[in-house]
Amino acid sequence: MALAQKKLMDVKLGQLPSWLGTRDFTPNGLLGSVRGGYERYYNKYINVKKGGIGGVAMFLAGYIALSYLWEYDHIKHDRWRKYH
Amino acid sequence: MMVSFFDQFASPSYLGIPNIAVAIALPWVLYPTPPARWINNRLITIQGWFINRFTNQLMLPLNVGGHKWALLLASLMIFLITINMLGLLPYTFTPTTQLSLNMGFAVPLWLATVIIGMRNQPTIALGHLLPEGTPIPLIPVLIIIETISLLIRPLALGVRLTANLTAGHLLIQLIATAVFVLLPMMPTVAILTAAVLFLLTLLEVAVAMIQAYVFVLLLSLYLQENV
Repeated sequence: MALAQKKLMDVKLGQLPSWLGTRDFTPNGLLGSVRGGYERYYNKYINVKKGGIGGVAMFLAGYIALSYLWEYDHIKHDRWRKYH
Repeated sequence: MMVSFFDQFASPSYLGIPNIAVAIALPWVLYPTPPARWINNRLITIQGWFINRFTNQLMLPLNVGGHKWALLLASLMIFLITINMLGLLPYTFTPTTQLSLNMGFAVPLWLATVIIGMRNQPTIALGHLLPEGTPIPLIPVLIIIETISLLIRPLALGVRLTANLTAGHLLIQLIATAVFVLLPMMPTVAILTAAVLFLLTLLEVAVAMIQAYVFVLLLSLYLQENV
């Protein structure tokens, strides 16, 4: 199978730079990959006959993790200030 | 060097990207468009049921002219509720604590209701400035008072939402800090305070929903007077 069509998990470590070279990093390409990711998540967890709280809960947990990552700098400085 | 409790409301940004951009875009992601099916899956059905219920409820007091605002008011309601509820999650940022955002919602929409009233039925719109049955000597004062109350509406709408959410988040942070500090010293008091914190969180969930509802309800009320 050609390198470009392989998914990330099937690419061997040594082939990673060349695989990255085949990916589309233009703005349109990035948008396409975000949309593709959204559709994969949506069709797997939300758009199912008996969807439950799991799909939404995973997404919100990811959002909390992302928010923590973004605020970490501020939290670190708060902690340092509190303990001098 | 005091750790300010108001730091949580400063608009955060990471690597130059403001977090508020993601926080505002998030509600759009959480409500997928229903696919063109006869009967949808469970989650989409629940979502559609909710939206239909409160759009119906919101449109009850409005006449047919006001129904043109159905999309705007329903989407505003969903947006505000989602943003408020997401802000209760740990480490997240609530855009509605920023006065700029709330005024950005309140002023144009209020102004739209006033302009619609003045254009389509100016007599009735101006007539709202004087309640029925006022004694004659009071009329000049009352007109001034009613005009001021009319002009202060956008400010009240925006500040109400901002103040309620900011106060709620601040209280949660204060009481949580108190619990943490008290835990090594007086565990019993800490447990009592933790119970207060739990009740406060429940209150905040309710406030989050109620404030969004009040905002949209008042707007629909102003529309009802004028359309």
